[in-house]
Amino acid sequence: MTKDILIAGFGGQGVLFAGKALAKMAMNSEYEVTWLPSYGPEMRGGAANCSVIISDDVIGSPLVPAPDILIAMNRPSFDKFEPRIKPGGMLFADSSMIDAASSRTDIDAFYIPASRMASENGLSRFANVIMLGFMIAKTSLFDYYEFLSDLVYEITRDDIAAGNHRALSLGYNYQEK
Amino acid sequence: MSIVFDKPHALTDELMHYCPGCTHGIVHRLVAEVIDELDIEDRTVGIAPVGCAVFAYNYFACDMIEAAHGRAPAVATGVKRANPELVVFTYQGDGDLAAIGTAETVHAATRGENITVIFINNCIYGMTGGQMAPTTLPGQVTTTTPYGRKPKIQGNPIRVCEMLSTLDGVAYAARVSVDTPANVRTAKAAIMRGFRNQLARKGFSIIEVLSTCPTNWGLSPVEALSWLRENMIPYYPLGTYKDIDAAGGGRK
Amino acid sequence: MAKVLMKGNEAIAEAAIEAGCKYYFGYPITPQTEISEYMAKRMPDEGGLCLQAESEIAAINMLLGASASGTRAMTSSSSPGISLKSEGVSYLVGCDLPAVIVNVQRGGPGLGGIQPSQADYYQATKAYGHGDMHLPVLAPSTVQEMATLTCEAFDIADIYRTPVIILADGAVGQMMEPVNIAECRSREVPPKTWAACGHGGRRRHNIINSLLMDPEELERTVLARFERYREIEKNELAFAEYMVDDADIIVVAFGIAARICRTAVDAVRAKGIKAGLLRPITLWPFPSSRILFHSETAKAFLSVELSMGQMVTDVKLACECRRPVEFFGRTGGVIPEPGDVAAKLTAMAKELGCETR
Repeated sequence: MTKDILIAGFGGQGVLFAGKALAKMAMNSEYEVTWLPSYGPEMRGGAANCSVIISDDVIGSPLVPAPDILIAMNRPSFDKFEPRIKPGGMLFADSSMIDAASSRTDIDAFYIPASRMASENGLSRFANVIMLGFMIAKTSLFDYYEFLSDLVYEITRDDIAAGNHRALSLGYNYQEK
Repeated sequence: MSIVFDKPHALTDELMHYCPGCTHGIVHRLVAEVIDELDIEDRTVGIAPVGCAVFAYNYFACDMIEAAHGRAPAVATGVKRANPELVVFTYQGDGDLAAIGTAETVHAATRGENITVIFINNCIYGMTGGQMAPTTLPGQVTTTTPYGRKPKIQGNPIRVCEMLSTLDGVAYAARVSVDTPANVRTAKAAIMRGFRNQLARKGFSIIEVLSTCPTNWGLSPVEALSWLRENMIPYYPLGTYKDIDAAGGGRK
Repeated sequence: MAKVLMKGNEAIAEAAIEAGCKYYFGYPITPQTEISEYMAKRMPDEGGLCLQAESEIAAINMLLGASASGTRAMTSSSSPGISLKSEGVSYLVGCDLPAVIVNVQRGGPGLGGIQPSQADYYQATKAYGHGDMHLPVLAPSTVQEMATLTCEAFDIADIYRTPVIILADGAVGQMMEPVNIAECRSREVPPKTWAACGHGGRRRHNIINSLLMDPEELERTVLARFERYREIEKNELAFAEYMVDDADIIVVAFGIAARICRTAVDAVRAKGIKAGLLRPITLWPFPSSRILFHSETAKAFLSVELSMGQMVTDVKLACECRRPVEFFGRTGGVIPEPGDVAAKLTAMAKELGCETR
């Protein structure tokens, strides 16, 4: 099993953190894992993305030219990376930031207004965690409760732990209309 | 018979290579006397420059490191930070300290590195044969200013003590000369002060010593001493430019 | 100790601390600044010091001072900053001082870019500074190797009294992988009786110096240093191999490029092309003898680099014209994709008339 995951959005949306959370969870689950960020000035408010590869075999290239799973958190990321999703792959899109839908029939596309849900619930910096919760619900890669323990119980700052908890739960329990 | 004059222990028996009339020998001796009197040779590390004093590592009996041109303050920083119990001094000429090594000098000073810097200012590059130094005086003829240093072309000299005295990390900045016996005694007191400051962990001390270069100035040793008095001292006035222990803030 | 998720740059810093490095001198430059930041955070707890210098030139000379006085010290930078350090590197060699210098490469020349590159291969292996000299160059390919090779570097530096280069790149520096610092090994190293740390009245003064005016004496010193280089070549050569035994085409690649090539080798093997991977871990000494050995059976070699092709010269020299040596690479910070390498391998296999399924 090898899953190539790409998380992309604006700098400041927490895409690098979301990728780290996935990578850490994969490590805890005894998978091989790599996390590779975009870096430098492009991170300061511009586009940010990170590639996460999870595998039960040694990982060669840490690059993700074509993801199995794309988490897109803004329109430019959707436009750029949606066409690159492997056939049979999955798209998770923040529909409050992306006013478009995939026309591909060879992938499974899921939409969640993560940023709007975040601001409506006083969780304005937790849209990334809502996306993670949503992805966990739709894939069988990770166990929700293990994620909870990592994102909530291992966090020392109470406000962040509580925010992570509510955001993960919101995403996990979201029902697409 | 009692010994009234002897070679300091902190100088080796190595024959010095300096030209006749050059004042490096006097300054070496003063530094060595101070090391002897403070009884610190066993825990002193000296940093030699690139320039006429490049072989200083052979002359001082303490442990010595030869630095790249201008980098002595950075090397001294590394030694001192890794071994705060050591006494660390650099011995640098004007090209080394005030041209190629200006950044290292200024930043070691502003960090307040607890080291002692002996700065030989003779207005010329001696080792390479008499080229313009950052301290070469306006009008002074050197092999690279054959028509005299013209500030509009070659720029102006640097007054190092004045410049460094503006920095908070500097504990002591003094300009002395070794042109007369009286001035030699004053110079030794300043060098002693620089080492004592370090032992008391006061920060960066620099002693600028106005020196002669008879060979490259094209003068006899005695004429060179007069040239120093008549030309250098008016441009580079002697005195203490900063002393954090002095009353009233310590800046001249 | 359990595995933790770390950036390559952080792994270097943590491993250096593990290896007993007490003094770190640096100057910020992307993509390696995490090393400075990590050191700044950790060193106070370790009783050490992280000092931000006024320049890379000052940083390497502070390193020289700390090393000359007998302590373990390190500096790091990325390509443009490494050029500034080259003066100090030559002096470290001339003074026979141990030191660890990390280059997390980015694209050049000039300011270049900030994306990963391997274009400093020539600089690192041929001409890091002026004068007759070599430097052991270690090329990590994983975050774990960023750690283990850093520990190795400190030991090699102390044993042979030489600066050691960690030649990494922006990708391995920035990426995170699980790493176990406890896997770092340490060797026995000789006491530093040569250090300038105060003679204590117990010995003649030690002099740390690279200036030797007598040509005969300088020659003797260089020859003695080259004797040590022979020892390094004998004892420290390191490389890794993947599916080379029956390979028709052997890819030679290091660092991040080697990972990409491993994926490419798997891809073309699935199509029946017998490809293998030889990954130099030490770039100097270079595994020339191993390449010559493989030239008995392999039909061709392919050097893959994030540059216009630099290591490829060493591969050509190593196989002594017995086999064709080709090159594939991207430069400027562009990372080739495994598919690109696989396509090159496929084209080579066709040209060589290699069997495929």
